[in-house]
Amino acid sequence: MDAFLLQILNGLDKGSAYALIALGLTLIFGTLGVVNFAHGALFMIGAFCSVTLQRLLNLSSETIDPTKTDFLGNPLKVKTPYVESWFGPELGGTIIEWSVPLAILFAIPVMLFIGYAMERGLIKHFYKRPHADQILVTFGLAIVLQEIIKAVFGANPIQTPAPDALSGVVEVLPGIVYPAWRVVNFCFSLVVIAGVFAFLQFTTFGMVVRAGMADRETVGLLGIDIDKRFTAMFGLAAAVAGLAGVMYGPINAPNYHMGMDFLVLSFVVVVVGGMGSLPGAVAAGFLLGVLESLASLEVVISAIPGINQIIIYLVAIVILLTRPRGLMGRKGVME
Amino acid sequence: MFGLEKKDTTLLILVAILTMAAPFILNPFPEGSGLAQFNAGYPDLMQRFVIFGIFAIGFNILFGLTGYLSFGHAAFLGVGSYSAVWMFKLLSMNIIPAIILSVIISGLFALVIGYVSLRRTGIYFSILTLAFAQMSFALAYSVLTPITNGETGLQLTLDDPRILGASATADGSIPVTNLFGLEMRSAFDLAVGPWTFTFSAGYYVCAVIMLLAFYLSIRIFRSPFGLMLRAIKSNQTRMNYTGLNPKPYTLAAFVISGMYAGLAGGLMASMDPLAGAERMQWTASGEVVLMTILGGAGTLIGPVLGAGAIKYMENIFSKINDNVLHGWFSFMPDGIENFMVAIVHPFVGKGWHLTLGIIFMLVVTFLPGGLVEGGQRVGKALRRNKDEDSKNASTEPAE
Repeated sequence: MDAFLLQILNGLDKGSAYALIALGLTLIFGTLGVVNFAHGALFMIGAFCSVTLQRLLNLSSETIDPTKTDFLGNPLKVKTPYVESWFGPELGGTIIEWSVPLAILFAIPVMLFIGYAMERGLIKHFYKRPHADQILVTFGLAIVLQEIIKAVFGANPIQTPAPDALSGVVEVLPGIVYPAWRVVNFCFSLVVIAGVFAFLQFTTFGMVVRAGMADRETVGLLGIDIDKRFTAMFGLAAAVAGLAGVMYGPINAPNYHMGMDFLVLSFVVVVVGGMGSLPGAVAAGFLLGVLESLASLEVVISAIPGINQIIIYLVAIVILLTRPRGLMGRKGVME
Repeated sequence: MFGLEKKDTTLLILVAILTMAAPFILNPFPEGSGLAQFNAGYPDLMQRFVIFGIFAIGFNILFGLTGYLSFGHAAFLGVGSYSAVWMFKLLSMNIIPAIILSVIISGLFALVIGYVSLRRTGIYFSILTLAFAQMSFALAYSVLTPITNGETGLQLTLDDPRILGASATADGSIPVTNLFGLEMRSAFDLAVGPWTFTFSAGYYVCAVIMLLAFYLSIRIFRSPFGLMLRAIKSNQTRMNYTGLNPKPYTLAAFVISGMYAGLAGGLMASMDPLAGAERMQWTASGEVVLMTILGGAGTLIGPVLGAGAIKYMENIFSKINDNVLHGWFSFMPDGIENFMVAIVHPFVGKGWHLTLGIIFMLVVTFLPGGLVEGGQRVGKALRRNKDEDSKNASTEPAE
């Protein structure tokens, strides 16, 4: 039973990354009608935002301490991060330790800007082109972004540890302990998802965007510059993917190909949830995450060997063939 | 000739001449000269040119004609490789049965996957093929290890049965792949002055098969069947209204292109008898998409050009390291030299994928017809210039 609950927790945790990426993909697809194969790269760039912040905070000044020597007998060089010399060792140390949560604040403007630049610079020119062209150009963009990150940060994974206070374990249910950061990750993703839905549901801006998703032309005829708002939604989707990347960093050290690894799965999630349906994307994200984890249970694997490797694809195939619009797909989207 | 129109015959003969003379053409720089690193005339690379050419020709029959973008074609290549290696293990080291089996097995595999995937179109079709390919990849790595040998990859061993051949040669090593005794590995070196040209048996076998595959694809392109496939691409709804069921045609195209991929996989295993699951990964499927688009989807020669261009760049670009770069820019003052090396460095060597990605994006954005369209545009521009020249020439005397 414990193993079962633990796997459900694992699944929800994994599912939160799927759900956030799929949410962004669906936002872009629903507003702009573009199939964005570079979305995984945005997730990866988000993770590298926290790597960058960590490096920035660790920029140090070097002083020589003549009273001590290192193991070669030379005077010991002491590295003091600038942050520590500015704010004092205690506050500075805390700031460095909390670099991942701080990276959330850092990543939002960066990702908004990257999303904006991507849409204005490239995607904009592909609205009138066939979906295959959109897939191809964003696929090329994904390769380019991935290789740029590889050229700058190298090919090895870079650890971005969670702060000490959040890296222990907590008892989520009586008798079940679980890594604290994963709980934080799950709760955070719920907050982000709720935030996005609230933004779309309760603000005038969101209302206009929803109207534009339903009928772009009419909204345009009402004298609203819908393109501008859709560009903003692209930025928002990029930011959501970036936040998922930041939060995923402490669970799995960021490397340059993490985006591609998640991309395939997120597409499957979007298709299962139903193209263009936001609640569908979120639900399918968590559902597939949980299913994948449950399939890794000892009992299941011994009954059907290898099922944990293919369950997601299997589910996707069955759903696509039985419910062509996905779980919550709307009529008339991509048909 | 061969039931082709004049234009197509010319194209086929041109391709035939180019592939047959490839060891000369790809080796233009004398050995030992600074440019020798741009030579591509060694057997291993030339074999890859034609094998990936076959793969891309097959992919083009599906994507170029019907517009169905499959993101899982590498699965068929992998299946072809596995079946070929099994044939080497069980039957004999002759490549003919191996290739036949790999084409048949991958064709069956494509029939199953195609039958299911083709029930959907557009992006859904892409995702379905992707899902199937990833499933095959995951299974090849885990559960199917008895057949695929998992992460190690399937290899020949000394205690394989090989019913029609020997398990081991007289001196106790694993026999090599051959075509009725002609060893794939054997090569003949021709030295002319500072040049050395290598003629490899393996390359010529692959090249002849590629020419056959190319000829077949021309016939498909020009046949009523090919016309039907184009009709599916341009307007499937209209086809439905005229009472035609497009499904058998798309399925046939899918199976044919799967068999091409299997043929490529079988040839790959024939040249180097091992097969690994990484050949089936979706990045490998992405590669053939890149090749076809780069060369020009829907054109006859495009995929071959694209495959050649990408494989050439992969080999040559990734060989360029900082020392080579310093050699190139050594005529400049030191500061500028280092600066230039620093600028070019991320685009070559290990970073050649960056160059590939950028080129690919530029091609999709500005040249949707790929290299072929580029060539046509250049040709048209030149012709226009010539026309203007002749016009000017004719008006001159009137002055």
